[in-house]
Amino acid sequence: MTTETETPLLAVRNLSMRFGGILALNNINFDIKQGSISAMIGPNGAGKTTVFNCITGFYQATSGSIYYQDGDSTINLVQVLGEKLHFKYVLNPRQLASRLYYKMFGGSHLVAQAGVARTFQNIRLFREMTAIENLLVAQHMQIVRNPISGVFKTPAFRRSEQAAIDRAHTWLEVVGLEDDANRLAGELPYGHQRRLEIARAMSTGPKMICLDEPAAGLNPKETEELSNLIRLLRDQHHVTVLLIEHDMGMVMDVSESIVVLDHGEVIAEGTPHEIENNTAVLAAYLGEDYSTTVAAPDGTGAEGNPQETNNS
Amino acid sequence: MSLQQKISLRKALIDGFWSGLLALVIFGPISGLVLQGYEVRNELIRPLLMALLVGGGRFLVSCFAQSEKGKRYVDGLAGKRGAGVTVASLKKGKYQYLVIPVLILAGLCLPFVLGKYWLTVVILALIYVLLGLGLNIVVGLAGMLDLGYVAFYAVGAYTLAMGAQYFHLGFWTLLPIAGIGAALFGALLGFPVLRMHGDYLAIVTLGFGEIIRLVLNNLLDITGGPNGASAPPPTLFGLEFTRRAKQGGIPFHEYFHISYSPTYKYIFIYLVLFTIVCLMILFVTRLKQMPMGRAWEALREDEIACRSLGINHVTVKLSAFMMGAMVGGTAGMFFATYQGFINPSSFTFFESALILAIVVLGGLGSTVGVIIAALVLTILPEVLRDFAEYRVLMFGIAMVLMMVWKPRGLIRIKRRAFNAKGVTS
Amino acid sequence: MDSYIIGQQLLNGLTLGSIYGLIAIGYTMVYGIIGMINFAHGDIYMISAYLTAIILAVIFSFGVTSLPFALLVTLLLTMVITGVYGWAIERVAYRPLRGSTRLAPLISAIGMSLVLQNYVQVSQGARNQGIPILIDGVVRLGGEEQFVQITHIQILIVLASFIGMGVLTYIIQKTSLGRQCRATQQDQKMAAILGINTNRIISTVFVIGSAMAALAGVLVTLNYGSFDFYIGFIIGIKAFTAAVLGGIGSLPGAMLGGIVLGMSEGLFAGFVSADYKDVFAFSLLVLVLIFRPSGLLGKPEIEKV
Ligand SMILES: Nc1ncnc2c1ncn2[C@@H]1O[C@H](COP(=O)(O)OP(=O)(O)OP(=O)(O)O)[C@@H](O)[C@H]1O
Ligand SMILES: [Mg+2]
Repeated sequence: MTTETETPLLAVRNLSMRFGGILALNNINFDIKQGSISAMIGPNGAGKTTVFNCITGFYQATSGSIYYQDGDSTINLVQVLGEKLHFKYVLNPRQLASRLYYKMFGGSHLVAQAGVARTFQNIRLFREMTAIENLLVAQHMQIVRNPISGVFKTPAFRRSEQAAIDRAHTWLEVVGLEDDANRLAGELPYGHQRRLEIARAMSTGPKMICLDEPAAGLNPKETEELSNLIRLLRDQHHVTVLLIEHDMGMVMDVSESIVVLDHGEVIAEGTPHEIENNTAVLAAYLGEDYSTTVAAPDGTGAEGNPQETNNS
Repeated sequence: MSLQQKISLRKALIDGFWSGLLALVIFGPISGLVLQGYEVRNELIRPLLMALLVGGGRFLVSCFAQSEKGKRYVDGLAGKRGAGVTVASLKKGKYQYLVIPVLILAGLCLPFVLGKYWLTVVILALIYVLLGLGLNIVVGLAGMLDLGYVAFYAVGAYTLAMGAQYFHLGFWTLLPIAGIGAALFGALLGFPVLRMHGDYLAIVTLGFGEIIRLVLNNLLDITGGPNGASAPPPTLFGLEFTRRAKQGGIPFHEYFHISYSPTYKYIFIYLVLFTIVCLMILFVTRLKQMPMGRAWEALREDEIACRSLGINHVTVKLSAFMMGAMVGGTAGMFFATYQGFINPSSFTFFESALILAIVVLGGLGSTVGVIIAALVLTILPEVLRDFAEYRVLMFGIAMVLMMVWKPRGLIRIKRRAFNAKGVTS
Repeated sequence: MDSYIIGQQLLNGLTLGSIYGLIAIGYTMVYGIIGMINFAHGDIYMISAYLTAIILAVIFSFGVTSLPFALLVTLLLTMVITGVYGWAIERVAYRPLRGSTRLAPLISAIGMSLVLQNYVQVSQGARNQGIPILIDGVVRLGGEEQFVQITHIQILIVLASFIGMGVLTYIIQKTSLGRQCRATQQDQKMAAILGINTNRIISTVFVIGSAMAALAGVLVTLNYGSFDFYIGFIIGIKAFTAAVLGGIGSLPGAMLGGIVLGMSEGLFAGFVSADYKDVFAFSLLVLVLIFRPSGLLGKPEIEKV
């Protein structure tokens, strides 16, 4: 058990995201502990993927901050995307310079470089590249990529390239795709593609991995294997895992803490056991009529009515 | 013959009739009534023939499309089925080591057997090979549609002309300057526009190519405007290929005590160009196996996924854009030295379209394909001089057909295979 | 004194801008509905200029003397035939490419643009063509020495553009066809599920865009009287600039963008340099794309991940 005082790896504070008229996220707050496996659940359209996109830098949050613990320093992931330039910063050249810098060179790649990897709800592999090439691309930032040494095939380049290939093979073994190394990613069976995407994210050497519905479309056996894989990633490769999942069985099985989202708000946060018994969550999933008793005021750590808990 | 019975001739006839009628409307006025001053000349027989052709063709296509085979074929069009990419087998081709030296040797001997006219044609073809390889980096590998590639070509050509005119620099000094200059130019243009949505890049580069031409045209005092500027030929260790020395060296023929022939210049340009093209091919082949080339291709496949892996899409695109620009600039330099004289009319949009056609017909990403396409598209029009008028028309039609029929090009792209773990290649 | 010159330039800009706006409609609607830049659109406009001259010549050769009648028939026929062009191009060069690679339709469009240019060049000859001046007459505003001069044809251009635009807006906003267009633009799959024939709607959009370009073609031909097979290229890029400036996908935006572009170009040509007015227009395009890619009236869109 980690102690309460340890700084969380990720701390989301007052995060809001607006798409035109839709307020997709409304003042979201939650923490992700170092080395934990956490899940984010919620009905369709609750805003789960939007949270992921804000964390990994694909959407620029309308307001709020996401603090990420990178070694000893804390990075605000919203900042590195390049915030709006305002006239008020003219008086503050350092602020202006930093904002200008991120405006020009910032972006989601900086988030990934800081150690947050992710997969996508709709698989995004490089479909016309082989499985192993997918993993090599993922190691782009770690290998010798200077064009001169590449053209002349210097020893350093060869070594780095061979190391990358070996690492790629290792990851293929971890996810059980050794035989698919030289097959086009787009031609792999769906379940294999999901695993390849996880392997690709892991090849970047992340501290934290965000999995968007990794079990979608998998059969029960594959889901079981996936749960084991997720545990293995945390236990042996020491990454913090955050996953979005609709499969409650898997969520309850694999995760240590759960954040529940509904209509862009966090309605509950806690251990699987706490969430299972939370009336607000049940109401969100099964409709308002279901909650005969009043939900806990803050929605966290509520004890629901014992009679309503036997659905998971 | 149950297949035959399923084909409804009636449907095919109706299809054919309507297509013919529409073709008549389309072709009727433009090709049937030719403007002559404020009057029109009646040439209506032309659209009638065309309409018959279209109607008949549609009839046949309709019949074919109704058969089982045709249905399957139509489904497979436009890459809706198999993507046309395969993975190479691990075993290396046996012929590779034989074919490449033979080709290089043949290439080196070629200028000595060709006459001057065909030599100039082949030089032009090699320039287009270079251009095709350069644009292929941008369009084929990195997946960015650059419609103003001719801008870099022009930058290279004018670097030679202006550098010689104002700074009295020779070909060899200007060669790297042209390449680097064009690359910097590409960076300058690319940095702001490369973060844009992909399709916008196409129109911005299109506009940019046009701007360059307009500026070259309008800067009368510097570039000579439409009158153009002259460009010096290259020298061989100070030996010049002109009849009389113009750059302070000794003429080639005097040094070797042979009679003057303008062919020497072309042979020399050819040999230099051929070497550069060979180096370029080697370079591009290596690039594809390097992190940079892989990142380009990954970016073409899925930009969002690339960003999620920590790859800065702007700098990676920029590197491709600059690399392409550099090659374009180098090609422009050779064009200028080969022509001896340049003016802005060599750098119109049509030129960009022609280079794009080379890359497209070569198969967007395939080096061999691009080389073949460049050779065919530049040498074929020389052979078919009688149809020169229809050249652009043919390119256009070929581009459309290619996209409908085989958007991945005629040559299948083979991806490199990697050995199993622990086995070094 | 300067105010008259400015006025004159703005007025010329307004005329030119209306033309840009009309052509921009084709770009903006096609981009809105299938997300591609129809590079052949400028050449559609060029075709309509040729059609104008040809049809007028035919009508006059029949001895028609009533100018309004001749113009009206020319306008209608040109719009119809150009519409057929738009339809056919979509059918032949773009529709088979649905679901193909991202670059395929763009390349196909470039190919189509080359085909159209060369087809006209081969069948009509490469030289400049023209029509006689049919509408002359000017209105002068101001004093003896300084005045703003408005030609009748300029008035016609602005009026016709706004009428064309009004009719189109009515169709898109009020009719069932327009509703289907908007639905398809929002979500093609969903629209198809709801029973809208999206292929037909896409074709319709091409026809409408081409017809609007034809309106512009007729008006410009009446104004300048001269054209060649290459005129579609530059004006096509500029009209696209107008569409982006106004916010791509937005109909009023296309018109607004056209007028803003036309006027600023007019001012630039008048006060800075006429040689570089095209350079100015392209630079404007780049600046808009960098600083306000959603344009004046477009809604900022966040790419869905
Ligand atoms: N780029 C975007 N532009 C406009 N609206 C968006 C965008 N991305 C998400 N939304 C809206 O935000 C809301 C939340 O969407 P989100 O994808 O985060 O839901 P989700 O919880 O992941 O749902 P699901 O379980 O179905 O994946 C939805 O109403 C969606 O339409
Ligand atoms: Mg989601």
